[in-house]
Amino acid sequence: MWIELAHFALISAMFIALFAGVISLVGAAKNKVAQMAIAKPSSILVCLLVSLSFAALINAFVNDDFSVLYVANHSNTLLPLIYKVSAVWGGHEGSLLLWILMLTWWSALVAVLSKKLPYEMLARILGVLNLVAFGFLLFILATSNPFLRILPAVFEGRDLNPLLQDPGLAIHPPLLYLGYVGFSVAYAFAVAALLSGKLDSAWARWSRPWTTAAWAFLTLGIMVGSWWSYYELGWGGWWFWDPVENASLMPWLVGTALMHSLAVTEKRGLFRHWTILLAISAFSLSLLGTFLVRSGVLTSVHAFATDPSRGLFILLFLVAVIGSSLILFAWRASKLQAQQSQNNPEKAISAFSIFSTESLLLVNNILLVVVCATVLLGTLYPLIVDVFNVGKISVGPPYFNAVFVPLMLPILLLVAIVNYSKWKQSSIMQNVLKNKLVIAYFVISLILAIIIPIVLNKQNSEQILLEKNNSILVEICLFAGIFLAINTIINTLIRIKQQASLFSVPMAFYGMQIAHFGLAIFVIGATIVSTYEIEKDIKLSAGESVTILDYTFKLNSIKIVEGANYSAAQGDFDLIQNNQVVNKLYPEKRNYFSSTMPMTEAAIDIGFWRDVYVSLAEPIDKDKPLDAWAMRIYYKPCVDWLWLGCLLMAVGGIISILDRRYRKGIVKQ
Amino acid sequence: MQKFLISNLKISVISIVLFSVLFILTNANFYASEITESATATNPLHEKRLQNLSAEFRCLVCQNQTIADSDADLAVDLRKEIRTMIADGKTDEQIIDFMTERYGDFVLYRPPFKAQTALLWLLPAAFFAIGVMIFFNFVTKNKRSSQQNSNENSNNISENKLSAEELQQAKDLLK
Amino acid sequence: MKFNKYIVLVIVFFALVILLAIGLSLDPREVPSPLINKAAPDFSLPVLESQNPKELLQSNTNSKDNAEKVVNNLNNISPRDLKGKFWLLNVWATWCISCRAEHTLLVDFANKNPDVTIIGLNYKEVRGDSDIDSSKMSEETERSLADSRAKKWLVERGNPYDWVAMDLNGRIGIDYGVYGVPETYLIDKEGIIRMKHTGPLTPEIINSKILPTIKSLGM
Repeated sequence: MWIELAHFALISAMFIALFAGVISLVGAAKNKVAQMAIAKPSSILVCLLVSLSFAALINAFVNDDFSVLYVANHSNTLLPLIYKVSAVWGGHEGSLLLWILMLTWWSALVAVLSKKLPYEMLARILGVLNLVAFGFLLFILATSNPFLRILPAVFEGRDLNPLLQDPGLAIHPPLLYLGYVGFSVAYAFAVAALLSGKLDSAWARWSRPWTTAAWAFLTLGIMVGSWWSYYELGWGGWWFWDPVENASLMPWLVGTALMHSLAVTEKRGLFRHWTILLAISAFSLSLLGTFLVRSGVLTSVHAFATDPSRGLFILLFLVAVIGSSLILFAWRASKLQAQQSQNNPEKAISAFSIFSTESLLLVNNILLVVVCATVLLGTLYPLIVDVFNVGKISVGPPYFNAVFVPLMLPILLLVAIVNYSKWKQSSIMQNVLKNKLVIAYFVISLILAIIIPIVLNKQNSEQILLEKNNSILVEICLFAGIFLAINTIINTLIRIKQQASLFSVPMAFYGMQIAHFGLAIFVIGATIVSTYEIEKDIKLSAGESVTILDYTFKLNSIKIVEGANYSAAQGDFDLIQNNQVVNKLYPEKRNYFSSTMPMTEAAIDIGFWRDVYVSLAEPIDKDKPLDAWAMRIYYKPCVDWLWLGCLLMAVGGIISILDRRYRKGIVKQ
Repeated sequence: MQKFLISNLKISVISIVLFSVLFILTNANFYASEITESATATNPLHEKRLQNLSAEFRCLVCQNQTIADSDADLAVDLRKEIRTMIADGKTDEQIIDFMTERYGDFVLYRPPFKAQTALLWLLPAAFFAIGVMIFFNFVTKNKRSSQQNSNENSNNISENKLSAEELQQAKDLLK
Repeated sequence: MKFNKYIVLVIVFFALVILLAIGLSLDPREVPSPLINKAAPDFSLPVLESQNPKELLQSNTNSKDNAEKVVNNLNNISPRDLKGKFWLLNVWATWCISCRAEHTLLVDFANKNPDVTIIGLNYKEVRGDSDIDSSKMSEETERSLADSRAKKWLVERGNPYDWVAMDLNGRIGIDYGVYGVPETYLIDKEGIIRMKHTGPLTPEIINSKILPTIKSLGM
């Protein structure tokens, strides 16, 4: 019964969203307060209804209600409770419900927290969000309804895909969707500005925290996804340039550009068209990502059960949302007025020198968009070639790595230099080239970038020098990362000293430095782990051991262990360093009862400077799983810096939202 | 208009050169490779070459992994085949040709530079050039319109000067 | 002026949409073969025991002339033996479940088109079966196991093949670019591969691809 109520709630939410959306937009255009007033309560109501229906779905999973088709397809009585809950978003229909849930939460938050927003602006923003919600709810109810019954009910469900039975993968979609969907707020702000014809610094200041929050969540979502694939898939990799990974990276790149563009619009009233376009693009790329994952247009490891009719619907949705906003942009952008200009004629068009902060940020933004365009090109190229019938090709990591790195390097260098630039003026040249400290940092970074590879190459001498060690890519990337890190740390310390107290430095400043420092850590980690990781494919039986550098891995035995819904072969390893057992490792090869594909559970000894990683491949003799096994052992230096860096970036983002400016709503004239 | 085109052309040429420099710096091998194709090379060397090479090929069965990482039967067979070819002294190019003769370009994760993929390899440089052009156009336009503005303002300001009377009033107030 | 500049974005977007819409009707997983219009890779493989496997079938309703085959007293078979004939190379194995579905179609096709030679390429009969551990088997054991399994299967389900070539280790399959059993190749009189189909045969494929190609190239 709750399921039918949930279904009804969803339908009601759809209609309310439609009517409220239209009415509040019309009301804003005609300046009718009564109609605009509908926006806030309707957003909250829609949020409540969708939340209720989501809760009902969770309830169905937790109570093993296999009369619901979706539950029967993705759950099982033996499934541990936590995974019964995460199974809610483990399949196509449920994940879409999660998507719309996030959308309604963001909308409700905007409704409740935007006390200082002008009435008609709020009405427009919420109106747009409601219409987007309507479209999505229509899509769910028409093609992907999670509330369909299967009658007669089955006694046992199919089980959740064992790959998804994992804590990392349980939180990856919610975090990711919070990010993806959060960009809809920036999108709504942009469309509201286009509709009203007004865009000024206040607009930027209001939309900034929402955008930064969405960006931080997206960063976390991508980070968890990457970390999960590293420890779960057993091949030790952390980024494959798979179409779906790219689908999350593209909004991230544009979202980063958007965040920085908003900073300029807020402080100087510049880049208004650019900011609006970026806001539209970020959300558009999120929607494009949703399309790519579920339409079957590209092969990907993330394939949901694909269905061209669903793909067509999402495509229509894309046309409606993106097409209409782009047309609106083309039509209305030139008419955008900054309210400032009416009060301060001199400031109507702010000048900035080519070496000012504005300029650096513009270059940074443009470069990020260029990177995004390149990733998009590579992702869609196989499709393009296929559509024009000129063949079938694959575009994979070798291509993306080849083009991504040369484009990212200038960005990294610019991020380091931004500490020395000023708004409007070109003090950067004087600062950078004459500043003795900066020259010192440059030299130090250069020296470290040259020495570190020499040291690490010696350490790896037992391994063969790979071809990639023969390029100067390592030195260049290390230099960029170290230079950025040093600049960020030192300039933070200088600023604290200048203001004489830790607390008088604005949170936004800390946020920025922490995030930039996180980026540096990420880059250094990525460079080191890609170049100096060691992988060994070996066969071991009980009692044998293998050595990598100064670590010895001794296999004591292989046993069979039973879990809640699986049975596994488990290896018992001693990790020995300097003749002492520093850790025990238990890699497993699991056979879930519900699936024929065995799952690898790698055993990892996590360390700040390195991970050591053992994963079982297969038994040499299938009939004798307790004897010798083929396995892979990895030594991964600085691999955790990748996720530490991402975490720092997200933390930096959150900290900057806590800045006093947003909390007190001070309006800068 | 002509000036616009010429300056943009100059900018795009410079950007393409800059991009190419960056691309070469980050992709080229500057040292002689220590990996030789000699058939008498030791086994770990072969294993490394096998690892490198099989990471370049797509597993056709699952299609979302490299042959290096896939556990599919075909992947195992192909790794064995590649190992044999390395031991026989075949070069990387020969092994890649072997694979593409049988499975087509689809099996390569690094798309070869051909007519069909020319755009793929050239557009990033073009995007970069377009980006730089947009930047310079923006900055030039900004400088021009803010100069115009300050010219207008200096005209306005002369009109906004206080009249002698108002000046006296202000002086009185400030006493 | 500004309107014109931004209109480019709208146009680019709609071009992208059209691209994606067309993409919905394509299959990204399908891999075309680079061997089309190239010479069929050479091989020399042992034939399934018995010179004329078709004699395994009790009731042979085939009206083909068996004399030809008796003359070719083959222990091994190679594409060179088939010059001058149109032939289908059908890659199959008894552990392959989709092969069962297409098998009846193949038998039917063989009956209706007696002038098209059908060669079965039995692919990794023992090694490809995940229930069998072949790592310690000797060559002879593997060969005889493969033969008996294949024979049994053909007796049970009908035999459309003129000869069955045994590719025990799948090496010839690699030369033909096999990646997903069953696969079928159409090879012409000069030994050039004219068509490849991956996956089980369907009546549509037979009628719209195989038969027309044979007709157009002239029998």
